[in-house]
Amino acid sequence: MTMFEAIVLTIATAATPLLIAALGELIVERSGVLNLGVEGMMIMGAVSGFAAAQMTGSAWLGLVAAVLAGAAFSLLFGFLTLTLATNQVATGLALTLLGLGASAMIGESFVGLPGVRMESIYIQGLTDFPYIGKILFGQDPIFYLSILLTIGVAWFLFKTRAGLTLRSVGDNHASAHALGVPVIRIRYLAVLFGGACAGLAGAQLSLVYVPQWVENMSSGRGWIALALVVFASWRPWRILAGAYLFGAVTIGQLHAQALGIGVPSQLMSALPYLATIIVLVLISRNKRLTLINTPTSLGKAFVPDR
Amino acid sequence: MRLELVRRPQHSALFSALSPFIALFLTLIAGAILFTILGKNPLAALYSYFVEPLTEVWSIHELLIKAAPLILIAVGLSVCFLSNNWNIGAEGQFIAGGIAGSILPIVFPDFQGWYVLPLMLLLGMAGGAAYATIPAFLKVRFNTNEILTSLMLVYVAQLFLDWLVRGPWRNPQGYNFPETIQFNASAILPEIWTASGRAHWGFILAVLAAFAVWFTLSRTLSGFEIKVFGRSARAGRFAGFSAGKLTFFAFLISGALAGLAGIAEVSGAVGQLRTSISPGYGFTAIIVAFLGRLNPLGIVAAGLVLALTYLGGEAAQISLGVSEKSARIFQGIMLFFILASDTLIYYRIRIVSRLGDAAAKGA
Amino acid sequence: MKKMIMGLAVAATLGVTSIAATGIAFAAEKLKVGFIYIGPPGDFGWTYQHDQGRKEMEKVLGDQVETTFLESVPEGADAERSIERLARAGNKLIFTTSFGYMDSTIKVAQKFPNVKFEHATGYKTAENVSVYNSRFYEGRYVQGVIAAKMSKAGVAGYIGSFPIPEVVQGINAFMLGAQSVNPDFKVKVIWANSWFDPGKEADAAKALVDQGVDIITQHTDSTAPMQVASERKIKAFGQASDMIKFGPETQLTSIVDNWGPYYIERAKAVIDGSWKSHNVFEGMKEGLVVMAPYTNMPDDVKKLAEETQAKITSGELKPFTGPLKKQDGSEWLKAGETADDKTILSMNFYVAGVDDKLPN
Repeated sequence: MTMFEAIVLTIATAATPLLIAALGELIVERSGVLNLGVEGMMIMGAVSGFAAAQMTGSAWLGLVAAVLAGAAFSLLFGFLTLTLATNQVATGLALTLLGLGASAMIGESFVGLPGVRMESIYIQGLTDFPYIGKILFGQDPIFYLSILLTIGVAWFLFKTRAGLTLRSVGDNHASAHALGVPVIRIRYLAVLFGGACAGLAGAQLSLVYVPQWVENMSSGRGWIALALVVFASWRPWRILAGAYLFGAVTIGQLHAQALGIGVPSQLMSALPYLATIIVLVLISRNKRLTLINTPTSLGKAFVPDR
Repeated sequence: MRLELVRRPQHSALFSALSPFIALFLTLIAGAILFTILGKNPLAALYSYFVEPLTEVWSIHELLIKAAPLILIAVGLSVCFLSNNWNIGAEGQFIAGGIAGSILPIVFPDFQGWYVLPLMLLLGMAGGAAYATIPAFLKVRFNTNEILTSLMLVYVAQLFLDWLVRGPWRNPQGYNFPETIQFNASAILPEIWTASGRAHWGFILAVLAAFAVWFTLSRTLSGFEIKVFGRSARAGRFAGFSAGKLTFFAFLISGALAGLAGIAEVSGAVGQLRTSISPGYGFTAIIVAFLGRLNPLGIVAAGLVLALTYLGGEAAQISLGVSEKSARIFQGIMLFFILASDTLIYYRIRIVSRLGDAAAKGA
Repeated sequence: MKKMIMGLAVAATLGVTSIAATGIAFAAEKLKVGFIYIGPPGDFGWTYQHDQGRKEMEKVLGDQVETTFLESVPEGADAERSIERLARAGNKLIFTTSFGYMDSTIKVAQKFPNVKFEHATGYKTAENVSVYNSRFYEGRYVQGVIAAKMSKAGVAGYIGSFPIPEVVQGINAFMLGAQSVNPDFKVKVIWANSWFDPGKEADAAKALVDQGVDIITQHTDSTAPMQVASERKIKAFGQASDMIKFGPETQLTSIVDNWGPYYIERAKAVIDGSWKSHNVFEGMKEGLVVMAPYTNMPDDVKKLAEETQAKITSGELKPFTGPLKKQDGSEWLKAGETADDKTILSMNFYVAGVDDKLPN
């Protein structure tokens, strides 16, 4: 394996959970709901995925369990914000808090056990192809899922009728409601999809990235995913670009350290966050671009007046 | 069967008063269920959580120490949240305040006197406020989402503190361990009542800040502006208020109070800078702000309740062997119930059966 | 009247015996021992090993002790309260197991002169406060010897947590051990800026492998680097606990923090009244540093490792013995001179040959 291949693979592994969780949140926000509980849903996915894989011996069952756990956990958020019309920011934060605590408790008996790894695929001939063989044909299944998901989300949002309806709910829930669109039901589905994606991202952490379970193992990746959605101005392909850029900065700073350049490691660790702020500014200063894509009803509760 | 919300013509005064209590009551029940599942006696667990820490005087002092930063930060956040400015980065502003206020005792340890402490507190407020203007400026000037920028700045502040304490500010006599020198006596926030415990003036500052902000919000024009903007930005603009100015105002207040909390914690409770000075106060304060229903006086009570769950969690670890994680789950559940109970203030909840629904449609 | 006197006498005797009985009961009363942990016992690293020590104490001393612990206690204001709570709950011996608890321990100890305190890895002692620390670097030296023998590339990767003396000692000892076999050996260092972040530790391990190292050693607590090494089919050293489960064909050995014997000894000292404040810095000889079995290496390397370990245990070999130069080329120790404990405990410089700049 060449250095180039190795670095690209490392970046892909670091970027995949961010990409998946951000795509889920993209759909949620496009429907007009802001769910800040990504970190909580992700960590619930990580612990459920690890536990299920450990008990059944199958990484695939772990993946399914993680997706279900993420979705189920998001339902709690959905019930509060959609049915009871609570404040979305506060409810999302509560979801994260609860997820971190609950996952630590559920996972207590799984600490210190080697996990079940979801193996990378291998296709005779293709995977051995120089330079790009391993990148195209030698990664883990969740990587391919993440790429399919990007294509799927882009297609759904901009090429299907259902996608158009979802966007109309996010842009103006009152007029969508007036046209007979079931606003609340669509938002429930979007929230569930977001939870499922966050759960899948969590499964990637505990089945592929580091096959083990430890408390707080998501270490803030859910928040980065949230930032990526804005960073990408609510466009799926830009999320893909953002996730890989973030992954590249993270991995790049480690390589720079290994090469022995004498910059404080704290500054290096801060780089990804500073980079995110700068890019957020660059993107949001273009008002026209932001306004076209920002779901206008984002974060506002909807209660139909009758 | 499903639930349906019906908007009340006016906010329910009854439920405004009742909702925190409904939430606490439901939290207690959920807590009892949680502990029963964990195989602990629910009554003993709830006793450890909510009563045991209040049975000794020294422990009440500890409660005030723990509540002070939560209240200070949450009071500031209430101004932000009421005006629809989502400052999630109070943790970073807390750290910035702690650093700025510590400049005097660490860089100029020979500079001593009665005036040192007030200067430190002012520097702490300035540091927190300055750090909070970054997301405010980016929001007003570039329309950048403040939730994300303020959160990213938390990580940056943590790493900067880490660098300072491991590098330039490290105690030269301290075996190269990552901590600064101990503050001299004139840089220590005094204890309120030394004979019975170590609670310091931070709590008094918190109560004073709560009153000041309460007065501003309920009795002054800027308070009115904040509330108008919070309900509807369009109405605010129509009334001729400037959204940009208001954003700066809210962030400055909340940054200054978070910074004050930071320096009060460093000077009063720790006595030196360390690589990490906050166990997440800036985030927990968000819960406190909502538990106090964004009312500064309510926040004082809420801060005490939340501090109690921390001390209670510790007591339960000792007396019952309940894991520390249960405290976090508990706080999460409590926040959910608070948010859900608040719905009752603005809406009536109707349970609609499918049959009734069909009949209504048929009619 | 006589009867009454008799009665009184009987009562008195009964009273005396019952006092004596309570006296015996008092002597046999359990010693309550408290522990303050910096992380959750489930971190499978630093705190996990302290908790293993606590459990070993419970097992060996049985009915004589009763233990309590508080987990994930932040350093600073919270630590002081947590320690005081343990003291007030009747614990007569309290272990505070992180450097950052130092000043809090001293403060609480002043308020509770009858309680004995034991602080790990610090330097401040008092009448009722002892300090204990472990010479982990002795194990690092052995690892360096093994690494230089096993590495084909002649470069090892080192994942550090934070540049504190304990970690710098480890890097230097590792380097010196390696140089004793191969004077041109190189070490690449990456600081994770965390004791515990599996994702980041894994990324750091991958970056090191991509830069050509074929042995990984870590001074962070998660098992992620071991798993990466096993995936990339290179060798690695474990940290804090035996991580063989995470790399059955990867782990060469691991430095195991073995606190149990010390905890038992100190609890016994309190029970028999012989406890005295001290400041100890113990290693292989006293059994605080234990090496996990030497695995996945040829017999001659294993033999060399065992010999090195035996020499360190007997005191014949001290890792920091001159002639040694610092990284900048200046002389540190003359031939035959050994470093004193104070220099070791506050070490903040590299020895010659380390390919990294200390972030200061």
